[in-house]
Amino acid sequence: MMATPATTLSASVDSADTSARAYKLLPFRFERWTEQEVLLVNDVGDFLFLDARSFEALIGHRLAPTSADYRNLKAKLFLSDGDPTVPIELLATRYRTQKSFLSGFTALHLFVITLRCDHSCPYCQVSRVKESGTRWDMSRETAERAIELMFRSPAQSLKVEIQGGEPLLNFDLIRFIVERVIDRNRTEGRRIEFVIATNLAPLDDEMLTYMKERSILLSTSLDGPAPLHDANRPRPGRDSHSLVEKNLGRARAELGHDRISALMTTTERSLAQPEAIVDEYVRLGFDSIFLRSISPYGFAVRTGAAARYQAASFLDFYRVALDRIIDWNRKGTAIREVFAQILLTKMMTPFPTHYVDLQSPGGAGIGAVAYNYDGEVYASDEARMLAEMGDLSFRLGNVHRDSYEQIFGGEKLRSLVAHSVLESLPGCNRCAFLPFCGGDPIFHHRTQGDVIGHRPTSAFCAKNMGVLRHLFGQLRSGDPFIIDLFTSWATGFPFPGLDEMPT
Amino acid sequence: MSLRLQTQGHASSTLRANILGRIALVPTETEVRAETVLLLRAGEADLDLDLDLEGYAGILTTGDEPISRAATPTISRARYLDHLSAGDIVVLQPTGGVRTLFRPASPHNSIFTTDRCNSYCVMCSQPPRRIDDSERIVEHLRLIELIAHGAPCDIPRELGITGGEPTLLGDDLLRIVERCRDLLPTTALHILSNGRLFYYGDFARRLGEIEHPDLMIGVPLYSDLDFEHDRVVQAPGAFDQTLIGLQNLGRYDVPVEIRVVLHRMTIERLLPTAEFIYRNLPFAAHIALMGLEPIGLAVKNLDALWIDPRDYGETLQAATLYLAARGLQVSIYNHPLCAVPRILWRYCRRSISDWKNEYLEACSDCAVRDRCGGFFASAVERRGLLRIQANPIRDLE
Repeated sequence: MMATPATTLSASVDSADTSARAYKLLPFRFERWTEQEVLLVNDVGDFLFLDARSFEALIGHRLAPTSADYRNLKAKLFLSDGDPTVPIELLATRYRTQKSFLSGFTALHLFVITLRCDHSCPYCQVSRVKESGTRWDMSRETAERAIELMFRSPAQSLKVEIQGGEPLLNFDLIRFIVERVIDRNRTEGRRIEFVIATNLAPLDDEMLTYMKERSILLSTSLDGPAPLHDANRPRPGRDSHSLVEKNLGRARAELGHDRISALMTTTERSLAQPEAIVDEYVRLGFDSIFLRSISPYGFAVRTGAAARYQAASFLDFYRVALDRIIDWNRKGTAIREVFAQILLTKMMTPFPTHYVDLQSPGGAGIGAVAYNYDGEVYASDEARMLAEMGDLSFRLGNVHRDSYEQIFGGEKLRSLVAHSVLESLPGCNRCAFLPFCGGDPIFHHRTQGDVIGHRPTSAFCAKNMGVLRHLFGQLRSGDPFIIDLFTSWATGFPFPGLDEMPT
Repeated sequence: MSLRLQTQGHASSTLRANILGRIALVPTETEVRAETVLLLRAGEADLDLDLDLEGYAGILTTGDEPISRAATPTISRARYLDHLSAGDIVVLQPTGGVRTLFRPASPHNSIFTTDRCNSYCVMCSQPPRRIDDSERIVEHLRLIELIAHGAPCDIPRELGITGGEPTLLGDDLLRIVERCRDLLPTTALHILSNGRLFYYGDFARRLGEIEHPDLMIGVPLYSDLDFEHDRVVQAPGAFDQTLIGLQNLGRYDVPVEIRVVLHRMTIERLLPTAEFIYRNLPFAAHIALMGLEPIGLAVKNLDALWIDPRDYGETLQAATLYLAARGLQVSIYNHPLCAVPRILWRYCRRSISDWKNEYLEACSDCAVRDRCGGFFASAVERRGLLRIQANPIRDLE
């Protein structure tokens, strides 16, 4: 709920005298946490828990200035009892910082360089085809045009993510794109990062040498222990997991241990084994795991997998997996959960996260864009998958036919952005979790037939609310280890613990 | 034993205004004499009638006025000169006073810009005076010149700009920063200011536009609550001005340091203040948590202010680790190691200026004495009243 700022104005009095002052509420939202407690969150994500009775007093303008609650609310910019210019100025600076992703515009550029793949995963978010021929490959001309469009973006940092299909099956084009971008950047001077999203199966030494030369990052898929992984990710020979494990070792030896990260997709099969999945990531030496739910695109919907489990069962899975991760940390093995890390950064730091899926306005098109193998430009990878299913709603244009202005300044993208501003979306606008969440009109278009959507039945909303509630609950539990651990995830700095005593 | 920084003698009639110069213990080349104050020991001056004393900025001696001094401004019969070394920069005053302004041997040199201040902090170590000392700018600029013309090895790594409140100099403060940028480009400049005048964004912008290569403004913040901060600085509205000032400095890329002096009026909200700093001033380049110096107004208000550092160890630990865990650079100043939880030792700095830094007898057999910041001379002086004591560290497991 959004609290309505009071209309009564305070009288200006001696600043040292707090007893005689009226106060104004500064903008915040709240959530009844329990019968006895209310969670208050302001526009920049500062939060505090307040006793329900104090909360009633606060909004009734009856809170005693001498109380500890009053002081904390004031210091955290929930109320103002003097000239409100200063707290509003502080909030404005913070708000600008958190929305700074907007000024950079599109930073993440996805190049879908082939639809060919050697895997036939039932949840695949991309149409798979048999691995031969060039019918499903991106052409050099298309890649060139896409690169030109990318450099039109004002972003100082550009991330080139090369994906497929399985992009290593079209390695010549990877070289072409990387060289072209580096060459173009000699006059552009941007910070460029290359990532290849690959299942690692076709990896060979020549590729590794090139990746090392060009400091390319790898992102692979790992769904859990071999039986689960191989069931989720079938491949002729049923050897996907052993190939990942083998090539992971080679790639780490050649490129460096931290140059390869992994993503996991949760399937119905995964739901029963959260701990085994976490343990497998630990066994393979990963220091992070991203517990992602299945998304309702591509083959996932055709096979009906997404419908089979509700957000609730994902949340059960998530909580158990997160507990396991915390246990590993307690035992001295550092591993973090990336989704929690993103949310905790929003909750516990004054800095933005640049994670395009949790932004308001949403990141589609203005944070990330996908260039398909055939030259079509989509507002996101999900928009591209929708198109593969015949829904062209979020196709922004074509690299050959349309100009940068038409693609990135056109009505389609403007409308998409307008429909992803949480502050104006029904259900979101009053939600206490708004500062931590993001807009996803493409998801709601797909699942509810409407870009605005209906929050009470939205799986996106249920999942994010559920995870946020769980994280707030963990912080509220007061377990010092969890608080320190979450702090280190949020800030990216190790906690200066007792083990680091000076000598 | 703290160091002597002034002495007194008898000024010649030719010493009509303050004269700045660099101390030399032996006669110098003619070209540098205009910047040099020649120090003559008693005896040297009287006996050697052939001394060539032409062209020096000044002459300083414990003996009588040398006969051959001609018109050179002189302070004779100085009570004490042993504290002066070659390269020190002093000011000779018509009253016969000799004050040391710069010592190349010290890591703690500051330009004391003004006695004036627009706040009146309850623990101020150098209570402000309402005088018009704006004409001193000439001496400040001259001092910068003299420092810059010193031997290359005497160029300081860091130079403080202090007061009073240096921003009360207005445009003249900008001239000082410009002069330092031009003449001392390798010297880090650290300005101590209450930040209130940077409320005027234009002033902050003009400071930023000087683009000094290594500038930091140290600004005190005593609470996350306006009325508590204002009560400490005894100036209503100061908190608001300082916060907007800090924001302006941040906006114009002037690095800022936040300073919190720890005493009875600030310790209770130290942790919330640390949280406030992280949330609202995360651009702070450094945060200094500082022990109280029992001198000046702090002595007058000692009952309301003094708290033994050993009684706030837990609070200090929580605030320090809160900031450090978030990647902020945090230091603890003015605390002997034995008064601080061991986990915080790595944040402790030897911050007390050498000329007022002392240790207790018990410190002599402490295992960490050589990296301990020790005590303020003013605290040692009041050791009985403050119940100051050292707990020498013997175990370093």
